[in-house]
Amino acid sequence: MAVYSFHGGIHPPENKLQSTQTPLVDAPLPRHLIIPVQQHIGMAADPIVKIGDTVLKGQVIAEPIGRISTAVHAPSSGRVIDISQQPVPHASGLEAECIVIETDGEERWCEHEGLDDYKKLAPNELIDFIRSKGIAGMGGAGFPTDVKLHLGDDHIVNTLIINAAECEPYITSDDMLMRTCADEIVGGIEVIAHLLKPHHILIGIEDNKPEAIAALSSACKISRVPIDIQVVPTKYPSGGERQLIQLLTNIEVPSGKIPADVGIVCQNVGTTAAIYEAVTTGQPLISRIVTLTGAALKQPQNLRALIGTPFTTLLEFAGLEPDKLSKLVMGGPMMGVPLTSPHLPVIKTTNCLIATTIEEMPPAPPAQACIRCGLCEQACPAQLLPQQLYWFSKGKEFEKARQHNLFDCIECGACAYVCPSNIPLVQYYRFAKSEIRNEELEQRRADHARARFEARQARLEREAAEKAEKRKQRALEAAAAQAARKKAEEKAAAEAAESGESNASDDAALKSLKVAAAVSRTKLSKAEKALKNAREKELDGIDKLEATVVELKTKSDEAQAMYDAAVNASTSPEKIAKSDAESDAKKEITLDLKALKQQVSIMRTKLKKAKASEVDAAEILELEARLNTAQAELNTAEEQQMAKAAAAGIDLKQLKIDAALAKAAVTKTERAAKAAETDQEREQLEAELPQKRETAEQLAQQLARFE
Amino acid sequence: MDSVITAILALLGLALVFGLLLGYASVRFKVEGNPIVDQIDAILPQTQCGQCGHPGCRPYAEAIAAGEAINKCPPGGQATIDQLAELLNVESIPLDAEHGSEDVRKVAYIREDECIGCTKCIQACPVDAILGAAKQMHTVIVSECTGCDLCVEPCPVDCIDMIPVATTIGNWKWPAPPSPMQIIATDRTTPSEETA
Amino acid sequence: MTDFLLILISTVLVNNFVLVQFLGLCPFMGVSNKLETAMGMSLATTFVLTLSSVCSYLVYTYLLAPLDLVYLQTVSFILVIAVVVQFTEMVVHKTSPLLYKVLGIFLPLITTNCAVLGVALLNIRKQNSFAESIGYGFGAAAGFSLALILFSAIRERIAIAEVPVPFRGAAIGMITAGLMSLAFMGFAGLVKF
Repeated sequence: MAVYSFHGGIHPPENKLQSTQTPLVDAPLPRHLIIPVQQHIGMAADPIVKIGDTVLKGQVIAEPIGRISTAVHAPSSGRVIDISQQPVPHASGLEAECIVIETDGEERWCEHEGLDDYKKLAPNELIDFIRSKGIAGMGGAGFPTDVKLHLGDDHIVNTLIINAAECEPYITSDDMLMRTCADEIVGGIEVIAHLLKPHHILIGIEDNKPEAIAALSSACKISRVPIDIQVVPTKYPSGGERQLIQLLTNIEVPSGKIPADVGIVCQNVGTTAAIYEAVTTGQPLISRIVTLTGAALKQPQNLRALIGTPFTTLLEFAGLEPDKLSKLVMGGPMMGVPLTSPHLPVIKTTNCLIATTIEEMPPAPPAQACIRCGLCEQACPAQLLPQQLYWFSKGKEFEKARQHNLFDCIECGACAYVCPSNIPLVQYYRFAKSEIRNEELEQRRADHARARFEARQARLEREAAEKAEKRKQRALEAAAAQAARKKAEEKAAAEAAESGESNASDDAALKSLKVAAAVSRTKLSKAEKALKNAREKELDGIDKLEATVVELKTKSDEAQAMYDAAVNASTSPEKIAKSDAESDAKKEITLDLKALKQQVSIMRTKLKKAKASEVDAAEILELEARLNTAQAELNTAEEQQMAKAAAAGIDLKQLKIDAALAKAAVTKTERAAKAAETDQEREQLEAELPQKRETAEQLAQQLARFE
Repeated sequence: MDSVITAILALLGLALVFGLLLGYASVRFKVEGNPIVDQIDAILPQTQCGQCGHPGCRPYAEAIAAGEAINKCPPGGQATIDQLAELLNVESIPLDAEHGSEDVRKVAYIREDECIGCTKCIQACPVDAILGAAKQMHTVIVSECTGCDLCVEPCPVDCIDMIPVATTIGNWKWPAPPSPMQIIATDRTTPSEETA
Repeated sequence: MTDFLLILISTVLVNNFVLVQFLGLCPFMGVSNKLETAMGMSLATTFVLTLSSVCSYLVYTYLLAPLDLVYLQTVSFILVIAVVVQFTEMVVHKTSPLLYKVLGIFLPLITTNCAVLGVALLNIRKQNSFAESIGYGFGAAAGFSLALILFSAIRERIAIAEVPVPFRGAAIGMITAGLMSLAFMGFAGLVKF
């Protein structure tokens, strides 16, 4: 099978030999393990232990939330001493939530068991098992592995590619892993192959790792699945997912798509070994191989370190010479991030620590102007136009940068490496990318807010409409009820008239009166109509008709008046009967209070207006004095009421609210006094302060008394 | 004399014909509505804070379309002004300080012990981001809060604070690289001068 | 056909209206900050130029020449151009709000664009036929568009480049325009008339 090629790429000095001279050993157990709850892409895991809990090695200490997330396990036995914000290895140097475990040195394992035969399990159960073991991609991105293993559900996976290229200089952790654990890697590949059922499996490895190639070849020979080892020429960045795919299959993953869309799944060798470990022994991902290298170390080497081990422990073990150290880099020299402090923990994606001397990695010379030489374009493995992207990022023309496929940039640093002007190109791309992401986030937020605002607006309108509708309904109902009542009354009246018992009761009398009034009204209107008709037609006898109308009118008026009088007579005693001395008294008090309050607020408004219209000071003072007296009155009245209320033992809540209000008034005045512009104003406000404070204190005391 | 009259008549005739044509066109191609308002509204940050002097973002968008200044939106800041300037093809201008200054993103926080449950803030919130009922303490749904400030004023007991959103690993942004060395001696400026 | 081709080459390259004859310089400097707006302007100018050269030809041949009113050509051509621009604006506003947004303020600019009047007058001076007038108008517009789009693309690059402070803004624009003009003079020997 041929090995293809990808565009661009560079050949930086490898510097891999230093750290492969000694065999792989375990790092010492540190006193404290700091375990960030987010070591992967996706949602942070949720801690399920409390401070003071005793944990066993391998015990779950944080559970995944959501689909793209993984669990976090205790790397050693001990006690949880802190769950708090700790600095974590991240380019920002910021803090994140971490669980700190004080180790007891006993390394007691919790109960764990591997699967006897993983092939018996349904694929979903097997994937869930792997998920529960906290495995995330160990190549660098830390993408939860179980999500990638689910890809077989909606994609046809033709090719499984195991990424063993490890193209970045200095890093040898995968190399060491392959030399020592080739069987585990192949075992892990078998598990993945069982889940994804690929047609063929390829291991891509660079030709600068002959020992690893030999170890893998012998392990593959006894494998149950056919595995092809493809040796690719050493070129950075052949370990990039898309670049390796192109190297091995000559398929270019389209922009904006994932490899699974073209039938390919990529896994790192470290991940496959972790899967094997989890499936056969049930051990979760609690340790990884970290390369410690750089000229500032006496003994560069690879260590198997527990997750959460502070870098200081590892560096000390490797013999760090602090006076030689100039820069500490996590990851490789191309894509890694410089660290400000060594007090950071190892996480699942930490593959390398470089402690460099000043000669080894001199500080970047100042950037010169771009001379448009085009070397960056020739080096770019993603076939972008780095120079264009640079100009757009620099000029903040992010939309243009996006149109030039900025998001296909893998930030490999090849362009910056070849740039003769030492322009920190990758920094520009990272800046532009995060600005664009931020802009998108803001846009989404704005759209969301708009939707909510419009929904609220619609709701308010709907509520108003509903209220109006209800009011209308009520009016209609009332009208109908009235009409019904009228009808009933008329009916009753008619009945009464028929039976000739019109004077039998008050009610009946009322009704008959009403009827009489109604009848006379009808008569009147009829007569009027007749009159009108007559006038129109100029008939004889208009005079007579007119006289009748007048007569009828007086009659109808009389009837109405009689009816009204009768109604009044019948209702007024009821009213008197209803009224209650107690409620009257109550009303009086509240009325008083209300009136006082109104007075105060009126005064206040007057005062404000006076101030606004800038009338002379005397008037303002007078008004203020009046306001104060009114306020005082109100206060005393309120106190009285309060006392009454206290006597009645009610309205503690009201008192509380008043107390809070008074307190707020004090703070507000204080603030206003501070903000006041002229001395006069300030003095005034300050003069008001003691009084307000007093009120607040009084209220507080009262409150205390009641409570 | 004749030639003068001919000239006047010819020009008059020409003008008449063209006038009729334009008159017809103005009736035939009459445009209703103003699609520009939607585009402006899409750029505005939708905090609905009213700092521009309009009751919400859309009214301000309408006002901009009608010719109001584009620099009255402090929550959007300079970025929004630049976008508006680009959309409307006008010069970008600095933010009008009269309407407030650009600030970090904030969210409202209710000190729940002090809340008396008056619901005034709930009525003031333009995006329904405050949860609570009468006489029950209220709380802000942080993910929905636009940081518009409108709930602070109505609170009778002053228990609402505007708290700046902290930078975490999730929302951290890569900083802009330092500007490169200036080759021409006279161009070497301090960063503050550069932005001015 | 050869004549037609010659007219096109001559107007687009050899006698480019902007860079050789220096007509229509205001939009050339004013509307070239952005590639998008330059394209919109080019489109609008192409449309207006072609249409107005046709209209002015018709007005000249069927109204001014028979009535012996040739001395009124400038006045009447301005009238024609103004009407064509106004009409175009109305149509564009109705049919394509997006294009209208792009052209918006530039369309009225075209009214006072000397290139448009220049084409109309040159058509008469060169005694072009009807078809030739169309070709001449279109060619002139194509030349204008070419220069404008090239220039705006250059200016977009310049906007984010490190230009020495004294040269920033219009100054570097003028220098660029001058260089472009020099470059277009190289076409002078392309066609021998």
